[in-house]
Amino acid sequence: MTIPTNSDSTRTEGGVDTQLLPSPVPVQLIDHHGEAHSDARYALPDPRALLAGYARLISGRRINDQANALVRQGRLAVYPSSHGQEACQVSAALVLQSQDWLFPTYRDTVAVITRGVDPLEVFTLLRGDWHSGYDPYELHVAPQATPLATQLLHAVGVAHAAKLRGEDTVVLALCGDGATSEGDFHEALNFAAVFHVPVVFFVQNNEYAISVPLKNQSVAPSLAHKAIGYGMPGERVDGNDLAALLSVLGAAVDHARSGGGPALIEAHTYRMQAHTNADDATRYRPAEDVDKWIPKDPISRLRTYLRGLSLLDDAVEEQFAADAEALAASIRAGLNADVEVDPQELFAHVYTQKTAQLREQADLLRDELSREAVQP
Amino acid sequence: MTQISERAAAPVEAPVQPADPSAAESSAAAQSAATAVTFAKALNTALADAMAADSSVLMFGEDVGPLGGVFRITDGLTARFGPGRCFDTPLAEAGIMGMAVGMAMNGMRPVVEMQFDAFAYPAFEQVVSHVAKLPNRTKGRVLLPMVIRIPYAGGIGGVEHHCDSSESYYAHTPGLTVLAPATVRDAYLMLREAIASPDPVVFLEPKKLYWSKEVVDLGELRRTFEDGSAPRTIGSAVVARSGTDATLIAYGPSVPTAMAAAAAAAEEGRSLEVIDVRSLVPFDDETVCASVRRTGRAVVIAETPGFASVAAEIVARVQERCFHSLAAPVRRVTGFDIPYPAPKLEHHFLPSVDRILDTVDELQWEDGQ
Ligand SMILES: Cc1ncc(C[n+]2csc(CCOP(=O)(O)OP(=O)(O)O)c2C)c(N)n1
Ligand SMILES: [Mg+2]
Repeated sequence: MTIPTNSDSTRTEGGVDTQLLPSPVPVQLIDHHGEAHSDARYALPDPRALLAGYARLISGRRINDQANALVRQGRLAVYPSSHGQEACQVSAALVLQSQDWLFPTYRDTVAVITRGVDPLEVFTLLRGDWHSGYDPYELHVAPQATPLATQLLHAVGVAHAAKLRGEDTVVLALCGDGATSEGDFHEALNFAAVFHVPVVFFVQNNEYAISVPLKNQSVAPSLAHKAIGYGMPGERVDGNDLAALLSVLGAAVDHARSGGGPALIEAHTYRMQAHTNADDATRYRPAEDVDKWIPKDPISRLRTYLRGLSLLDDAVEEQFAADAEALAASIRAGLNADVEVDPQELFAHVYTQKTAQLREQADLLRDELSREAVQP
Repeated sequence: MTQISERAAAPVEAPVQPADPSAAESSAAAQSAATAVTFAKALNTALADAMAADSSVLMFGEDVGPLGGVFRITDGLTARFGPGRCFDTPLAEAGIMGMAVGMAMNGMRPVVEMQFDAFAYPAFEQVVSHVAKLPNRTKGRVLLPMVIRIPYAGGIGGVEHHCDSSESYYAHTPGLTVLAPATVRDAYLMLREAIASPDPVVFLEPKKLYWSKEVVDLGELRRTFEDGSAPRTIGSAVVARSGTDATLIAYGPSVPTAMAAAAAAAEEGRSLEVIDVRSLVPFDDETVCASVRRTGRAVVIAETPGFASVAAEIVARVQERCFHSLAAPVRRVTGFDIPYPAPKLEHHFLPSVDRILDTVDELQWEDGQ
């Protein structure tokens, strides 16, 4: 991807502006042996920033493990884990400024927590409460979306409104590889390009949509190649390389912020675990396939790199692990406590003012529950 | 649990052509006797039998291939019939539905799976604007013999968007046949009939019943369906339990709840009849009204939010047709008019035995007796 200089139109006299095409191979700045490579377009982030990001990867992994355990213990209804995708999660949150917006999916819990949302609030819905927990306006994080690709259009709307209101806001919208097949994905990209709004579409290509592998989803050269069809730049990045992600996403965010319009970034990563705890991946994916991705882990390569720079030693690692453990312990403690939910709340926010019909229904339930309460 | 009412069997709508007799026979041999069968297995067998009987029957959707569907309803179909007959599509419900329309236009009988009720909504335009209308627009020249299978409704502790009762949207759309089986036997027979139907069918599979079991002989069901002797189900309700004092009218996931309420009422000396509507469109006024005229009282039970719902329609039809036989207004026990609640709260929302019995108690017994 090369950022086009003429933001008015990507159409050139002689035909297609091939500068919108992604690089032929995913951008990688630190390989899976922990070795850094220079790239003509993308600078290696400052090692201090990488160290801070590394700490987030460690907590992200711990959050995934903890949430999986809480599902097994019946404390969470379900958890779509981002184990193996933590570099995508962490970078999506870290490239944004406070005034920016994040539009996450069900799989992006770690990104939401990295953005600063209280984990217990993030888990509100999955622990069994009726609402999505956190206040979306507080840290500019939309509720995690389950209907696939629908949130991408909302992201475009927020960015469009921000542009009309003269706000300095960039919107980063997440989705998976499977979601790129939905009509809403295409509509969102087209709208964003036509209205030239500051949205970065960030696709985590983890090669599976539940049981369906990417090859049954799309035969495009890459998902990032779709960008040129809408007239926006596309880029591919190693989704397990935090350095490359920070650099590529950072450039796209800067570009959008400076009025350059939207971009599509595809991160090549892998879903290391089943779709959710309810899924049995052995039915459609050989274990050897998963094993191939173990050496490409986002944590181990950055660890090697940072240790090589002597930024990371046993003491720092112990500190990061202790911080992650403290976070996990607080999540555990919070979720092990039973919350009482008042069933009357079910009627409270359907409309800004409870309708007469809803008042009647709420009264029926209140009456039932009070009769239950007096029964022996 | 069902007690099929005596009804004349309608003619088989589409003759079934055995395309692969060996496959049909081998599966027939495997299930020759009555055993405990799950609702899910009955659906799976119905699909397999329909595909064995007619090579134009195709099954496609999200994760229905090697995985066998998230509820395993298509388990083994790709292995048995090949990826040309049962396959995964790219992840796009409008695409699935629109492609099914084209396939049905060109000689196929597609069965599509929408993964969950709420994930069928991206396909809504195709369903409402084309599936439902194309046969009419073309004076019946273009028929759409397709089935839209939807795992639907709640009671399984699912998170948001996984428990919607969406029947009213479809039932409100002229041109769609809308079915909701409640028994294992009906799961088999109704799916076979839906696939054989020349009209498009929305086939609602109550998720919470997938694992319910009944002793049935699938081989026998296959034979009676294929030789045309099984009673037709489209447009026909059944008396699921006989009673004399009031009629509970239910369908799909609410039928077992109504049956439990009737059993509880019997202990208190009240005899409730239960009607399993099962065919929402076309609706069997005759069976429903015959029961209400006999009992003089009726309660309609459905999980769907009640406002402007199928339950509301049933109440209206019964009131219009049975007014002079009624001892009390026809009542409804439905879900509240709120978004489907979270797992720990769904029991407050769903029609319960207590709520049904409370409502039955309010049917003006003193005045009427
Ligand atoms: C509109 C819609 N259809 C179907 C589903 C069910 N569903 C949930 S996740 C999923 C797979 C999504 O795959 P992908 O976009 O690659 O994201 P990943 O889960 O791999 O992160 C499906 C089919 C849904 N949530 N929304
Ligand atoms: Mg995926």
